[in-house]
Amino acid sequence: MVDFGFGLLASSRINLDLFDKEKFDSLAAAEPDVRKCIACGSCTAVCTAGKFTPTSLRAAIEELQNGRDEVAMNMLKGCQLCGKCTMVCPRGINTRHLILSIAKIYSKKK
Amino acid sequence: MRNNVLIIGGGPAGLEAGANLQRLGYNVLLVEHSNTLGGHLGKWDRLFPSGTPASGALDKLLGSMDGVKCFIDTEIQSINRLGKSYNVILSNGITVLADAVLVATGFDLFQAEKKEEYGYGIYDHVITNADLEQYFKTGLDARINAPKKIGFVHCVGSRDEKSGCRSCSKVCCATAVKQACEMKAAFPDAQIYCFYMDLRMFGRHYEDMYLEAQRDYGIRFIRGRVAEVSENIDGSLSVKAEDTVSSKPLKVSLDLLVLMAGMRPSVSGQRIGSLLGMQNEKDGYFEVLSEITSQQRSPIPGLFLAGAATGPKTLPDTLADARGAATQIDKYLSAIFPKAKDLKQLIKTAW
Amino acid sequence: MIYEGKQKIWSEYQKEIPDDHYFYVRSCIRQSFFPASEAAFLDITRNKLGKDIFETEHHTTCGGIAYHSDAIPQETVMTIIARQFALMAKYGYENYVCSCITSFGLYCETLETWREFPELQEKIAETLWKTCRLDFAKPKYIVHASDLIYHYRNQIAALAKHKLINVHTGEPLRVVEHIGCHYSKMFPSKGVGGAEYPYVLAGMVEACGGTVVDYPERRHCCGFGFRQYFIKANRGYSLSNTYKKFESMEPYHPDFIVTNCPGCPYFMDRWQYVIAEETGKTYGEGSHGIPVLTYEEMMGLVLGYDPWDLGLQTHQVGAEPLLDKMGIQYDPERKYLGAKGQDIGRPACPSCIK
Repeated sequence: MVDFGFGLLASSRINLDLFDKEKFDSLAAAEPDVRKCIACGSCTAVCTAGKFTPTSLRAAIEELQNGRDEVAMNMLKGCQLCGKCTMVCPRGINTRHLILSIAKIYSKKK
Repeated sequence: MRNNVLIIGGGPAGLEAGANLQRLGYNVLLVEHSNTLGGHLGKWDRLFPSGTPASGALDKLLGSMDGVKCFIDTEIQSINRLGKSYNVILSNGITVLADAVLVATGFDLFQAEKKEEYGYGIYDHVITNADLEQYFKTGLDARINAPKKIGFVHCVGSRDEKSGCRSCSKVCCATAVKQACEMKAAFPDAQIYCFYMDLRMFGRHYEDMYLEAQRDYGIRFIRGRVAEVSENIDGSLSVKAEDTVSSKPLKVSLDLLVLMAGMRPSVSGQRIGSLLGMQNEKDGYFEVLSEITSQQRSPIPGLFLAGAATGPKTLPDTLADARGAATQIDKYLSAIFPKAKDLKQLIKTAW
Repeated sequence: MIYEGKQKIWSEYQKEIPDDHYFYVRSCIRQSFFPASEAAFLDITRNKLGKDIFETEHHTTCGGIAYHSDAIPQETVMTIIARQFALMAKYGYENYVCSCITSFGLYCETLETWREFPELQEKIAETLWKTCRLDFAKPKYIVHASDLIYHYRNQIAALAKHKLINVHTGEPLRVVEHIGCHYSKMFPSKGVGGAEYPYVLAGMVEACGGTVVDYPERRHCCGFGFRQYFIKANRGYSLSNTYKKFESMEPYHPDFIVTNCPGCPYFMDRWQYVIAEETGKTYGEGSHGIPVLTYEEMMGLVLGYDPWDLGLQTHQVGAEPLLDKMGIQYDPERKYLGAKGQDIGRPACPSCIK
């Protein structure tokens, strides 16, 4: 093996074929509102933790659906469950409850 | 003698205007170049937002046509101003003196093969919204083979200057959401994606339909335009887009891709326009006297317009537009041919 | 895949290619990467087909490499190009054929720019006169050398000594055709077959009996990308793009790749070695790579040229498995001998790829 001083890079492309439909369906069964998100960003705009840590429920929901579960989980780690996002969600999603359900279902290893 | 009104185009706008003008006491002549009445409505299965059967709506329109003389398979051969009227020669040899002309020539669906990167007509599992309606009607389409993953591409030939169409076609977002739900109902195990640029859920009940699509049908809406499609070795499709919400390029394999072909000015309508010396606006649709207050009148006296000839419209919009055109024609004929007023009074009394 | 659908698109993107009398300009980098290809082009067109292809030692680079790596401004590159065109006119030609894809793209771009901004054309004409004392001229037709070979494809196929057919199985060879980005992505109407389903190379392959492989990343760039490669720290991008293409074409088991750009065959050839060294992965049969040919090399093999005269020994990936499939006789002893029979040296032996 030769060291060329450069090498193959990891692609940033989302591979939607890796999306775990079964897992997301089980989340949606427990938490039907997760499908209602319209990615408006209200939750992220008011998030207390999000200003200092990479916390965003909007982005986490997107990442879960893009088959990037670990990235999503990291985006919810900083949540303080303060409930401000629940107040502003225009689709009436119980965001605190949703975050807890995501944690429950996605922290389980397959 | 009753005034003659010529309607060019036998789609929903022409039919609705025809029925209304006949009711108002005019002698209505409707000319349709194809071999059926109903236009695109005749090719559709169900209508958004509530899934009303298209055939029911069409039957209702056709059922109100009593007394309207309809010529199918007929072209306008020539049309010339003669005094207050238009002298019209039809391809079937009939000559008519029309006191008012309604252009209801509708739209053509954008030819999806023009978006070469989507491979319509090249890849085995790429179809259009119209193909899918045909499938819903007949249950037959070799390209639809128990799909497990389905994509819908919004804005195909709409909001796309390179395709020669900068404007929104208005109906495709709602059609995509409707068709996505119908496909989920037909193939409950399927995962369905809608690739959109903006979701234009402007009409009454549309937002409800969108919410149901998300919550009840589990449709995933991805904000990003599909940029390229290719075929995998197993015959499935490889689709590239950006998930602009997460700012990352995305790739997905799909078993079926449905292109939401938008509306373009109808080619046969353009021929009529040139016979009549009508002008187009920048978007290619016919010019109107005023886009706010006289949408159904052409700047040319005695010429009226209805439906998608003046830009993309939903079916209810088209029907309302046609009724508006009928009222405008009545107003015009009453003023130009005062006798018509008396006749109208007569009929009113008779009722 | 519906072949008729592609044919429909091909019929819409046909450009006018004059049959004869061309002013030929070479590519800077092809002369060092694949030195025999341009010689093969001239020999095929002049001696096999009897065409008038003129070249002069006075022509220079088009300036494309410097332009695309931000070293010179557009006005400078346009003046260089204006000089080439002026030479063409000076020697009495009006059809211009170039060997390089980047040059071709740049010529198209320049002509379009002049069309849209006549005042800029005026300025360049003036600069040309001041610097070179040459009269400004524009070609009547501008084609890439692959357009011309495409145009002659049936004549070449009629003279074929070997077809693109596996002599052992009788099956058509599976060919990946790869078009340089600057051939038609900027101006689809200037390329045979357009940009989404280019036909220029596919047409040659079909005419010679081969079959074209359409794989998902067919349209993707080879990875050269100019500054992606020039700076070592960026080379990972270049390599990764090539890797993506090979991963995508792998399931189709292509027999070889044919290209019409100077950079593409180089990177698709050399990066196979780097990928093999870094990951241990090879894409051909039995630890071989997939041979990557220029269109002149492909047509040269078809016409019965000796593989070593075509310069196939300058490739990283050995062409021998392909030669065997095509039933071409070759002398392994001659592989590393130069034109005068001298030893030209051997490449270091890679550890993973044959």
